[in-house]
Parts: sequence; C-alpha cells; structure tokens
Amino acid sequence: MTTVDDRSVAEAEIGRDRRRKEDARLITGRTRWTDNITLTGMVHLAMVRSPFAHARVTGIDTAAAKQSAGVVAVLTGPELGEEMGVLINAWPITPDQVTPVHTPMAVDRVAFAGEIVAVVAARSAAEARDAAELVDVDYEELPAAVDLKEAAAATPENGGALAHPDLGTNKSALWIFDSAEAGTGSDVEEAIARARTDGVVIEREFRQQRLIPAFMEPRSTVVDPTGEQLTVWSATQIPHVLRFAMAATLGIPESKLRVIAPDVGGGFGGKLQLTPEEWLTVALARRLGKPVKYTETRSESLMSAHHGRDQWQKLTLSATKDGTVTGLKVELLADLGAYVAIVGGGVPVLGAFMFNAIYKFPAYHFACQTVLTNKTWTDAYRGAGRPEATFGIERMMDELAAELGVDPLEVREKNWIKHEEFPFTTVAGLEYDSGHYEAATERAKELFEYDDLRSEQRRRRESGDPVQLGIGVSTFTEMCGLAPSRVLGSLDYGAGGWESAQVRMLATGTVEVVTGASAHGQGHETAFSQIVADRLGVPFEDVEVLHGDTQVAPKGLDTYGSRSLVVGGEALVKASDKVIEKAKPVAAHLLEASVEDLEFRAGTFSVRGTEAGISIQDVAGAVFAAHNLPDGMEPSLDSDATYDPVNFSYPHGTHLCAVEVDTETGQVRMRKYVACDDVGTIINPLIVSGQVHGGLVQGIAQALWEEAVFDESGTLVSGSFVDYLLPTAADTISFDLDHTVTPSLTNSLGTKGVGEAGTIASTPAVVNAVVDALRPLGVEDVTMPCTPQRVWQAIHGAGSGGSTPGAAMPHFESGGAAGNQEQPGASSTEGAGQ
Amino acid sequence: MIPAAFDYVAPTTLEEALAALGEHGDDAKLLAGGQSLLPVMRMRLNAPEWVIDLGRIESLRGIREEGDELVIGAMTPHAVVGEDPLVAQHARLLTDAEAEVADAQIRHRGTIGGALVHADPAGDLGAPARALDARFVIAGAGGTRTVAADEFFLDLFETAVGEDEILTEIRVPKRTGWRTHYEKFVRVKHQWSIVAVAVAVRLEGDTVAEARVGLTNMGNTPLRARGVEEALTGRPATEESVAAAAARASEGTAPPSDLNGDAAYRSHLAQVLTRRALMTAISGGTA
Repeated sequence: MTTVDDRSVAEAEIGRDRRRKEDARLITGRTRWTDNITLTGMVHLAMVRSPFAHARVTGIDTAAAKQSAGVVAVLTGPELGEEMGVLINAWPITPDQVTPVHTPMAVDRVAFAGEIVAVVAARSAAEARDAAELVDVDYEELPAAVDLKEAAAATPENGGALAHPDLGTNKSALWIFDSAEAGTGSDVEEAIARARTDGVVIEREFRQQRLIPAFMEPRSTVVDPTGEQLTVWSATQIPHVLRFAMAATLGIPESKLRVIAPDVGGGFGGKLQLTPEEWLTVALARRLGKPVKYTETRSESLMSAHHGRDQWQKLTLSATKDGTVTGLKVELLADLGAYVAIVGGGVPVLGAFMFNAIYKFPAYHFACQTVLTNKTWTDAYRGAGRPEATFGIERMMDELAAELGVDPLEVREKNWIKHEEFPFTTVAGLEYDSGHYEAATERAKELFEYDDLRSEQRRRRESGDPVQLGIGVSTFTEMCGLAPSRVLGSLDYGAGGWESAQVRMLATGTVEVVTGASAHGQGHETAFSQIVADRLGVPFEDVEVLHGDTQVAPKGLDTYGSRSLVVGGEALVKASDKVIEKAKPVAAHLLEASVEDLEFRAGTFSVRGTEAGISIQDVAGAVFAAHNLPDGMEPSLDSDATYDPVNFSYPHGTHLCAVEVDTETGQVRMRKYVACDDVGTIINPLIVSGQVHGGLVQGIAQALWEEAVFDESGTLVSGSFVDYLLPTAADTISFDLDHTVTPSLTNSLGTKGVGEAGTIASTPAVVNAVVDALRPLGVEDVTMPCTPQRVWQAIHGAGSGGSTPGAAMPHFESGGAAGNQEQPGASSTEGAGQ
Repeated sequence: MIPAAFDYVAPTTLEEALAALGEHGDDAKLLAGGQSLLPVMRMRLNAPEWVIDLGRIESLRGIREEGDELVIGAMTPHAVVGEDPLVAQHARLLTDAEAEVADAQIRHRGTIGGALVHADPAGDLGAPARALDARFVIAGAGGTRTVAADEFFLDLFETAVGEDEILTEIRVPKRTGWRTHYEKFVRVKHQWSIVAVAVAVRLEGDTVAEARVGLTNMGNTPLRARGVEEALTGRPATEESVAAAAARASEGTAPPSDLNGDAAYRSHLAQVLTRRALMTAISGGTA
C-alpha cells in the first residue's frame, strides 16, 4: 500500500508528442515481416501470370517445369479445381449486381494481364522462379474491354468488347441515391431547371485517374498446415476478415484457422483485400502438407494487387445568381477492373455521402454505374470514395466562384454549415455531429497569408510573368471511423463495424492491451498505450499493445477507413473502465473502506479525506495472489469491451495551396501548402503530423504525378517505378500545419479519424491552384495528373490537356548479350548538322 | 525479383577481364555499378550466363590530368566525378550534369563509364560528353583504340564498344574558364530526363566566342545542337541572340513520345530549356 501518487496534469499522456515505440524495429527491419519467416521444410511458390488482358487459355504444358531442379509441384487451375476455393465480394451494392465468379487461378480464361494461370512450388524461391519460366501456356486472345467509357457502352449487339462474355454485359451495378425519394431534400432536376432560367448551372466532367497504392512492403503469405490448426501469416490489413472469409469459402472450420498479420509495411487500403495469392498459398500448403511461402515481386504487386480510384465524374451544380447552391447531380462511371473485389463496388458508394460535403444543398442526386473491364481490379485506396467525391465538389465550388467572379472562399462560406447549426443532417442523410469550418478557414488564411499571395498573383498577371501564381482551396470534410454496424447493414455490407479490446492487468503491474484493430505502420502501439496509460494511471512504458494475431486478439474487424482510433480506441476506453470497476471493490477491501468512499485518480484508489490509497498496479498484484479478496470475487481484473459506433466521425479542415506554373514548360511547382485540420481531440500530435504529411503527399501525387496507364491491349504501361511516378521528399515542400479542435460527440475521447484526411483534402487544392493560375489564359480544367505536357497543352488551347501517350520509354535493354540486341522501335537518328 | 542463375567472376586486372570476356563472349555481361544491369537481370529481361564484375580493377578508377585533357577512369562513381575539383575546374559541365543523375544512392554506386556504355538516351552523361567532345578509350584483345564522342553513340543502348571490348577511360579536353550549365527537365527528382540540355560557352568580352550544346533524350542517342551553336557563335551574349539561337534546338532531332510527353512537346521543351541553359551559363551561374 502506498500513499497517493498525485500525477500532475502536465504528465497526461493524451496530447503528448511520444516518439513511436514501434519505430526502431520497423525502421531497422529487425522484426518479423512475413517474408522473414522461415519454417522447417518450407517450400516456395512462384506464379505464372497471363501477359494478355483477355484470352482463352487453350493449353498449359508444365512438363519442363516439373523436371526443373528443386520443383515439388506445378499446378494449374483445372488441376486444383475446387481445392483452391473462390474469392468473395463482401459488399454487393445492389441485389442485382452482376458479379463474375472469381477463382484464385484462371480455369480456362484470363480476364486481366497479371491473372495467375499456374503455380509452381519448389525448394527455394529461385528454383520456383526458374521453373515458372518454363511453363508453356497457349493463349487465344479475346477482345479486351479496356477503356471505361467504351466498356460501359458495350453490348453483345453493338459488338463492344465484354470483359466476361458469358455475363452479356460489362455493367455490374447501378446504385442511386435521390434526396427527393429519400425525403432528405427536394428534386434536383427541378433545381437545375430553375437555375437554367434564373440562376447559374455549372456542368463539368472530371477524370479520376487510376492509382496504385504502392505500399512499401510487397505482399507475402506463409501457411503452415503441420499443426492441429492451419496457421496463416500474411502481410494484410485484415487478419480477422481473412480468417472469416477463408473459413467461409475453403471449408476449414474457423476454429481450425489462425491468421497472423505480423509487422506489415504499409497498406493504404491496398492490403484490405482477400487475394488470389493467399488462397493459392493455403491450397498448396494443404495439398503438399508442407509449410509454403509466397512473396510477390514489385512488378507483380503493381500489376495484380488492387488499384484505386478510376472514375469518370459528370457533375451538374445549380445555384442562384448570388451563389447559393440549390442542387447537385452526380453521375459516375466507376471501373471495377476484371473482378468485384472485397469492397469493390462499395468504394464509389462511400462517395455518395460526401459529394455534398460541407455545403447545404437542398437537392441532391447521385448515381453510380460500376463497370467491369479487363484490367487489374480496383478497391479501397487511402480515402476510398471520399477523395473522389471531395475532388469533384471542391473543383465545382471553385468553378462556381469563377463563374460568379467571386473569391472561392466566399462562395464556400456562403454555403457551408455554420458552427451553430450543428448537429446537422445533410441532404445525403448523414448527421454531422460537430464542426467549425469558420475557425479552420480563418486560421488557414492567416497561416497562408492569403491576401498577400492574392496580391502577388495580381502583380504576376498584370506583368504577364511567364511564371503564374495559382491559389487552390479545399474546405473538405469526410466520413470515417467505419462504421456503425446498422448503417453498414442498411447498405448491404457483409459485416458490421464494431471493434473489440481487452485490457489485462498482469501480476507485476504491467498491462497487456489487446486490440482487434490491425496496425500496419500507423503507430497504434504508441497511441493506444497513451490512452490506456492515462485511463489506468499507469506509466506509458508499462503498457504493451498486442494485435494482429487471431489467437492473441481473437475478435476484431481490423484497420481501414480511419477506424482504429475512433472505434478501436473507444473500445479500449470501455475495457479500461471495466478494469477500474473490477479493481475498485478489491481496493476497498484492502483499504478496509467502503466502495462509496473510494475515488480513483491518476492510477490510485484512495479513501476520500484520508492519506490511505493503493495503486491499481498493486491491486493487480493482490488479485493475482488472491489471498485476500472480497467474498465471491473472481481473481481477475481482465476486461473486454466491444464497441459499435453510433455514427461516423467527420474530420474537416481548410487546405490552401499555392503553386507556380511555368507557362513556357507547363511545369507546376509547389510554393506553399497550409492545412488546418480539425481531427477532434489529438492523442499524439507527432503521429497526427506524420499522418497529415504522408496523406498530403499522397493526395498531391494524384494531382501531379501518379497514374496507372494501360495501353489499348490492356497492358499496364506504368508497370515499374520508372514510369509510375512516386514522389520522394525531394519533390515536396515543407507544409504548414495547424489544427482547430472541435471534439467529436460520438466517442468519449472526442477523436476523429486522421489517416485519410490529408489525401482526401489535398488533391483538389492542388488542381484548383493549377487552374486558378491559368484561368486568365482561358483554362478551366486540367486532367490529372497535371503533367507539364497537359498543362502546357491546356494553356495552348487543347482543352484540359488531353490524354497521356500510351507508351513507356524503355530504360533497360532486354534480351541477348551486350551490344547486339535489337531494340523495339529503334531507328537511326542524326542530330542537328552532325 | 530473383535473377536467373549465373556465374560470376571478379578480375583484378584489365587483362584478366578482357580474357574472361574473350572466353565467355556472347554469354557474358560486364558489371560496372550495376544500376541498370541488376534490375534488368532481376526482372529477367536479361539472363547472362556470366557476370564479369569490373569493380576490383583499381586502374579503371580515378581522375587525373594529362596535358590538355582530364582522364576519368570508366569505373569512377558519379558521386566522385561530381565532387572532383579537377573536373569542376576544367570540365564544369560534367560537374553540373553529375549532380542531376538520379539520386544520391545511385550516384554512389553507378559509374560514369557504365552509364555511358549503357547509352540510355535519357541518361545525363551523353549530352555533356558530346558537347565537350570527350574521347573514349576502348580496350580489346588487340590493344586499345580511341573513339570520338561523335562516333561513340550508335543507337538506343548501343555504342562503339564491341562485345569483346571494355571502356576504360573518358578523356575530356580541358575547357577551363568556360561557362556551363546542365538544364534537366523532370516531373519527379529521381526520374530519367524527359529532356535535358548541356551547354558550355566561352565568352570574349560580351561576345560568345564558342558555344557547345548537347541534347539529352531528343533522339536515340545524345545529340549536338549544332544549329544553335552556329547561330550563337560570334554573336553578342544577349537574351535576343540566345533566344534566336535556341529556337533552332530541335532541328534534326527525333524525340520519343512516351508517358512524360510527346515528340512535339519535347521539341518545344528543347528550345525553352536551351535558351534557359544558355542564359544561366552566360550569366555566370556556374563559371
């Protein structure tokens, strides 16, 4: 028993810049990445993948591969048959959604370039790769559905290419929300008609290019079938979902499956997937009775791990002449790729709730047609549906401001939800619990020195400076913290959105915290330790966070949609509170006081009005010994909680971006970027800054650099990092960040998600800035990514800059030995006057 | 990303390397810094049976003066060339270009000779080498020969270095006191050049006495923009004459079209970048 340890408020963990406790091992790599795992007798897989986007597989000769050194097995789709199982879509967005059957390996037809047609198992990874090169596949090419718009228009009658000819259509599902029908608003057609005669109508079509998540650690899976349970290690964001789906589709009892996501090197949604490679690794392990490992190459990752975005957006916005918005109509085409991935069609549907954003639209209509094509499948990528929506609406608000000749912040302020109007039910049917757009905007303008930059812009315009300045605005919000289970149910999603936590008090006073959220780089171990340390009043160092193993953390719904803190964090709070409640009668018993006289503060139970007290860590020791407990008390303080949120969380913020556009070359340079985000209560400011910085760069990269480009035959042209341009620190500027804090009312900590905010907000801020720089030159849009050539073409009257030439420059000679190889497309060139 | 099996030999003398090359010929690849060869092998776009590593041959490294020339060993890393005081003094254009090669890690591993023999038209060393009239010393079984820059680059990924030969030295005529600049245009910093322009000018008073202009990625090989050189030589070093000369930058070029821009755009870029490179050089930024 000790006297009261009165920890001061200054020592509170929440709000403290803790360095991430997981970083030393993650950065040095002295840890368990899946590919680091080696088991006795383990064999290695290599995949044989189709080079064609759409083809019938007419024959596979595996004889030579089977003879190759070290080979244990070579198997094709027909040979594995039902053993390989089937991959599922967890979110059929309409009852009549057209969903092609997706086997992990093609049986007789491939539907995208990169689809697996055979799998080789060998003693070493090198031998597996060598043998894979010897598998001889005969293909009969079929017409490929590549272009999204053409695919949407194709029918058996007009002879357009069908991604899956047996389905008779490329159209998968049409999902519609209409505010008049839903009773959340009025009729949008009426609003638009009215504005055509007596108001303003803005009509635009925007392209959301296809992106590749490009996580740092390639995907890897190890399966051990040699115990009573089947153990699966996988570089995944979703170990619990994976376990459930494998049990549901592979005929393995869930109780016989253990799934472990060890340290995982990033995901950005790209590892929120049930993958053909995981299913095949399980199938081979079961068939061979040996541990099996598969690790993809970067090239395989780029072509076959799911991509993101890829929409055409047709938007119509109506407003009165004074700039008050009256209606928004959204018509989307969304590219699913060859199969409907786990969340597949649901990603654009998440956007349905966000196009109206922070504005008070009285009428709203949203329609999304998902479309199958012969390309890599698409699914969640940082923001998942919300960046697409935010881009659309924030570009439109800038267009409205330009049409009216007013400042883009003015037109936003006129239409946004005022602070005193919260909670506010939107035209899309969501209830925004809190927000303060005025405060975030005021602070952002101040940091940005908005008026000074507008003056500089005027000067450059007047002097005809070849380098023009543009200012872009994005006053975003988003819905995250996925998700209230009831809402997911109403949208026909295949699972709930709760999260689970357990807090275990160990005999020596340290604390094990179990979470069902599955970190893959975010810093959960640090932030969750801070929450529990504060709640229980124990030292930060005494808290250990366990996650990512279905045997250690048996319940959970994993990490995506900025849910870990707002859902998982709240579960932790509830479990911690239960521990305190269980400890209280023990403390009272030991202090020989009544429970009513105890108070718990800073980790210590004390008797009001006395010096007597006992720390919760000492109570844990007493409970372990169990020598002297109240009658009937179970000797355990361990507690579980499962929390199902009642609402999403709605972070928001004002982002201001200044770019310099070199009108002679079309080059865009970042000049200044200010982000004032409101993510509610901040647990760890350092981690929040990291999330915002990374998110901003990822969003800026969509605006300026990244694009997954396919050629007409459906081959991924940007298939390496030579052509898929990821930015590095050298390409960015130092961002100016600040926060306003309007606590969320839907969880007790007041937190809102932050993982996706930067990505959602930044893309339109940058493109708005580019267009703003060039608007006096007649430019009203530039297609993303805003490459120098597109910007230059837009300046020279070629609309929004047109398409990307569909080829990649070879930077590596291929085939043959030194000097004597023929280069494709090579022609003799003589320089000027040589 | 596992290459096909290969045998490896690391000779310590040029003679041993040539002998190994003679023995394995078509089945061998020379490994310099490995910044292009290794990715190609790992992607199985190339599968040599033998890899002959030149990394242990000391005589292929280093930079020295020899009369009117600087002699740069082919196996000298980019970073060493880029930081060398002799190069900065006598062949400043190479210093400028080396600073723009890829990223710091690649500059420490990759070599000047490896990059030149790889002969990617988007590589950053070819245009300066041509602008400076560098000479290439090539060793073979029968001895060494020297090839002028104008005859060195034959086509995409193809140079005068034969299958049984090794590039040993790059000899660069000293151009002390010339004003230089390498203007590289990229979308992200570590990228291959979309277009780049290498310029070196010698001023006499306010007149351009001599001008040398090389172009990166404006054809299958690095090019000389001789039209620009002719138009500028003997003209006043002013914005007007530079602009007029730079307008000829894309004459006779055949730039590629790819994800980063089409041929017409590259032709336009070449003119803008040439004007800017010349003005930067003339104004003495890197004199």
